[in-house]
Amino acid sequence: MSQTNPLILLIEDEVQMRRFLRASLVSNGYQLIEAETGQDGLAQAAARAPDLILLDLGLPDLDGLAVTEQLRQWASMPIIVISARDREEHKIKALDAGADDFITKPFGVGELLARIRVALRHAATLGATASTQFSVGDLMVDLGRRQVTVRGQEVHLTPIEYKLLTTLIKHAGQVVTHRQLLREVWGPNSSDQTQYLRVYMGQLRHKLEQNPSRPAYLVTEPGVGYRLRDER
Amino acid sequence: MSTARPNPDELLRRISEETERQKRGKLTLFFGAAPGVGKTYAMLEAARAELAHEQRDVLVGVVETHGRFETRALVHGLDLLPQRKVTYCGVEIEEFDLDAALTRHPQVLLVDELAHTNAEGSRHPKRWQDVEELLDAGIDVFSTMNVQHVESLNDVIAKITGVLVRETVPDSMLEKAHEIKLVDLPPDDLIERLREGKVYVPAQAQRAIENFFRKGNLIALRELALRHTAERVEAQMQEYREAQGIEQTWAVAEQILVAVSPSPYSPHLVRAARRMAAALHARWYAVYVEPISAIQVPKAAQQRLAQNLRLAEQLGAEVTTLSGENATDEILRFARERNITKIIVGKPVVTRLRDRFRTSFVDHMVRQSGDIDVYVTAGDPAPEESLPEPQPRRVPQISSWGAAAAVPLLSTAVAWLLFGRDQLADVVMTYLLGIMIVASRFGLGASVVTVLLSVAAVDFIFIPPYMTFAISDFRHAVTFVVMFSVAIVISGLTQRVKNQAAAARQREQRTAALYELSRELVAAQGSRRVIETATHQLEKLLNGKVAIFTPSASGTVSRAYASPGFAEASGREDSIAQWVWANRQEAGVGTTTLPGATALYVPLMASGGIVGVLGLNADPPDRFRALDQRRLLDAFATQVAVAVERTGLADQTEKARREVEKEQLRSSLLSSVSHDLRTPLAVITGSASTLLQSSTRLDAAMRRDLMNTILEEAERLNRLIRNLLDMTRLDSGAIRVRKEWLPLEEVVGAALHRLDAQLTGREVEVELPADLPLVSCDPVLIEQTLINLLENAVKYGAGPIKIGATSVPGEVMVEVADRGPGVPMDQATRIFEKFHRVAHEGGTSGVGLGLSICRAIVSAHGGRIWVQDREGGGARFRFTLPVTGEAPPLELSEPPPDLAESSA
Repeated sequence: MSQTNPLILLIEDEVQMRRFLRASLVSNGYQLIEAETGQDGLAQAAARAPDLILLDLGLPDLDGLAVTEQLRQWASMPIIVISARDREEHKIKALDAGADDFITKPFGVGELLARIRVALRHAATLGATASTQFSVGDLMVDLGRRQVTVRGQEVHLTPIEYKLLTTLIKHAGQVVTHRQLLREVWGPNSSDQTQYLRVYMGQLRHKLEQNPSRPAYLVTEPGVGYRLRDER
Repeated sequence: MSTARPNPDELLRRISEETERQKRGKLTLFFGAAPGVGKTYAMLEAARAELAHEQRDVLVGVVETHGRFETRALVHGLDLLPQRKVTYCGVEIEEFDLDAALTRHPQVLLVDELAHTNAEGSRHPKRWQDVEELLDAGIDVFSTMNVQHVESLNDVIAKITGVLVRETVPDSMLEKAHEIKLVDLPPDDLIERLREGKVYVPAQAQRAIENFFRKGNLIALRELALRHTAERVEAQMQEYREAQGIEQTWAVAEQILVAVSPSPYSPHLVRAARRMAAALHARWYAVYVEPISAIQVPKAAQQRLAQNLRLAEQLGAEVTTLSGENATDEILRFARERNITKIIVGKPVVTRLRDRFRTSFVDHMVRQSGDIDVYVTAGDPAPEESLPEPQPRRVPQISSWGAAAAVPLLSTAVAWLLFGRDQLADVVMTYLLGIMIVASRFGLGASVVTVLLSVAAVDFIFIPPYMTFAISDFRHAVTFVVMFSVAIVISGLTQRVKNQAAAARQREQRTAALYELSRELVAAQGSRRVIETATHQLEKLLNGKVAIFTPSASGTVSRAYASPGFAEASGREDSIAQWVWANRQEAGVGTTTLPGATALYVPLMASGGIVGVLGLNADPPDRFRALDQRRLLDAFATQVAVAVERTGLADQTEKARREVEKEQLRSSLLSSVSHDLRTPLAVITGSASTLLQSSTRLDAAMRRDLMNTILEEAERLNRLIRNLLDMTRLDSGAIRVRKEWLPLEEVVGAALHRLDAQLTGREVEVELPADLPLVSCDPVLIEQTLINLLENAVKYGAGPIKIGATSVPGEVMVEVADRGPGVPMDQATRIFEKFHRVAHEGGTSGVGLGLSICRAIVSAHGGRIWVQDREGGGARFRFTLPVTGEAPPLELSEPPPDLAESSA
């Protein structure tokens, strides 16, 4: 995390949304620059090099998806998509286009701030050597020793389950689409066979969660993918 | 009360007839006694007058000038319709172009020679049928014809002139004519014109004068033409008087009945009846009595019968077929029912032997007829066809010949062993027994053989002198005659019983077929199913290829369903169906319209009018000319038409009902939305404005309270809008069900996660069997279903919420149960309806959309949803998800651990 307060670029055309986000972000110690249109947003992103971009999908001039694609041609800062569209395919498209996370309107400020924190943390650790330990709640994963413990008890995972878990840990706190998971765990040719993924995810839950039907760590994002919670 | 005033119903009928007639075009007929009297000339003059004085749009459709100069001069200056070129037997001929005329649609169209026969391949075989269609299309037609072409006068004129005219026009055409203009020329003048070459080219003229234009002929023809026109004028007068209510025209309406048979004399009878009916202005009926036991009417006779009946129909008779064993009784019963005053029957030409013993048909008729007049008309003494109709005899099979030979042998053996030569009576009895058996089992042929053999055997063995065929005593001859008679009587009776049984069986089959069709049609739901069922049934029953055409919104008919291979080259055939639809008449093979088609097209007429067209590719193609087949077809067609109409009506009712439902839904949506949106908005506005205006006067706790209220209400609004949007999308079909194979646990987990906040403090038990199979469903939609059910359980229920699932063959049943007050049983189905809310004390109330969304989603998955009471109190909502097909095998096997190790 940089020394100064992180700079966030908000690309959003609705005045009310900007007003409310400004209040909550500034009061939580972020610097904020705003853009009303996609073009303006792209220009500001190039000029000011923000640490994170909050992008509304429904812009008057450019489609938010197009903005994401253009940004991703040269920039690597995290992009969190804000969308009123709750259709899953839009979310998946945005994520596949290079967005890091999404949040659906209406949302609470707490949720938004959590997503921002996660995204910024990932950006910060991207270059650095990955941490060898991951822990959330009762769950502890020692990546160096390939050891997984729940409430101090070691749990044995099959290679696929372990790979699934480490992939989620790599993106901890962020949503990972089905496609992305399938590609990373099973290889590039199995990206449309989600039933395997679902079955292994179920097995993983039964091994790691106290109550597999009300998972605390391995959360389903319906129709989109999974998210490993990294804070409780 | 005055009886002279026309009855109002009658008046109404006349008015509607009048308007009907006005919509139709008017036919003006230029009528003459013979060719050459100047009909075409008169027609052209009238047309020119029409053009000059009335400024009407006159078009010459077809005019035969016969190379006459004056006539050609008159055509000059009139619009001419180009003729259609037809190649017939390698020769190119010109024909009147009906379609072009209909398209051009002039006000007045000239169509010469009404009796003309069209070239093969035209739509109608006869030109008068073209004219009918033109009149139906509202075009006024001028046409010409000679008296010899009048159908009902056809045979009379043939007798006078000795020339049988093949081209005839039905009398109904003349009756339909708005005006008949008689073009008259005295015979001497006509002959003069003929000599001058004004009628035919000179070479033809001489022959014509010798043959047809003999003065005597011409006088007779002129008389007929004048008389016919006069009759027509008189009829008009009558009509006029009737219309004006001047007087009761005739006290008792005459009604005439003519008995029709397959006999070649029948047309003669029919024409006689028509003439009598016309003279008396009587309604007339043509009746055929189908014998009950007649199943094997020869094909030729059947066709002749159909022709005879068609002739009667064309001449204006009401055609009826009765069935019964005794023709006289049936005819008389029918006559009494209809108040027939005159019956016309033919005189039997050949006096049959049995008529000497039995009362003849005519005798019987005359005796039984009571107050009905019976006219007996002679048959034509020289019919070109001979009458005898060989009954198709069944060729006896070898077995019957065998029996015919074996039985006398057996009888001989039995008689010899039992009785010997002394008891002749018993011997004869033994033989008679054998004869009876053969007669009853093997028909006439075999029994005659048996009789002959038996007689021979009796004579040879039992009658002295023995071992010769000589007879010594006359009594024995009597014995032989008795044996003969018995055999013949018995085999006759047996044959008759057999025929009747076969006929009954055939009728029974027909009835069964009809019954089956109607039962299948009643069972079929929806027009698509009905049409499919009808086609399949008809294919089976009529043993041919079938198609049903139904109209689209644009008024064109297209194949709703067709047997594979039906009239493959479809372009032309489909246009015939279109014609049938437009004209409400049958067409195609076996009819008089477009007989060159490969299939027969019948309009499907129901009570509300035409509902479609039935196409039939029967084998053989002329199958439906046979009367019984035709009646069967008509019965089927009516059944299908009624069924199609029924589904049409049902569809309409359903549509109307849905429309009403939609309207109700819209209004309840409005009222409910306006209420449910405004309440949270009012709370938010109130709280926010309080905070804004009196923030200094509120303590921290109150401010926090107000802010929480705003948040809660905003969330409520959000839920409401989500539900509304979901419902709208589900209703409009914007949501596609994207099924995936997944463990139910994941969906349950996602739903519980979403409701984390609302579920705080509520115990949730999840009981999913470990061996629950994967389910195929849309995870997002099923999650929504679970969320809605859980929200309801939170809002209205109490105690722990239980989520469970069980696997039953073919489906997985999911349930969400609570320990609340439960759902009143009378509301158990209504709660799934939109905007239905159960009244309860709590007051936390939704829009009443949650459960209807659940129902929409579950039924989109092919499942069911319902609510029932839970043992021990509470509601138990259950829904099913069908498990169709196999879950995909999970074959992505784990790589061996060490391999994974090394790659990591």
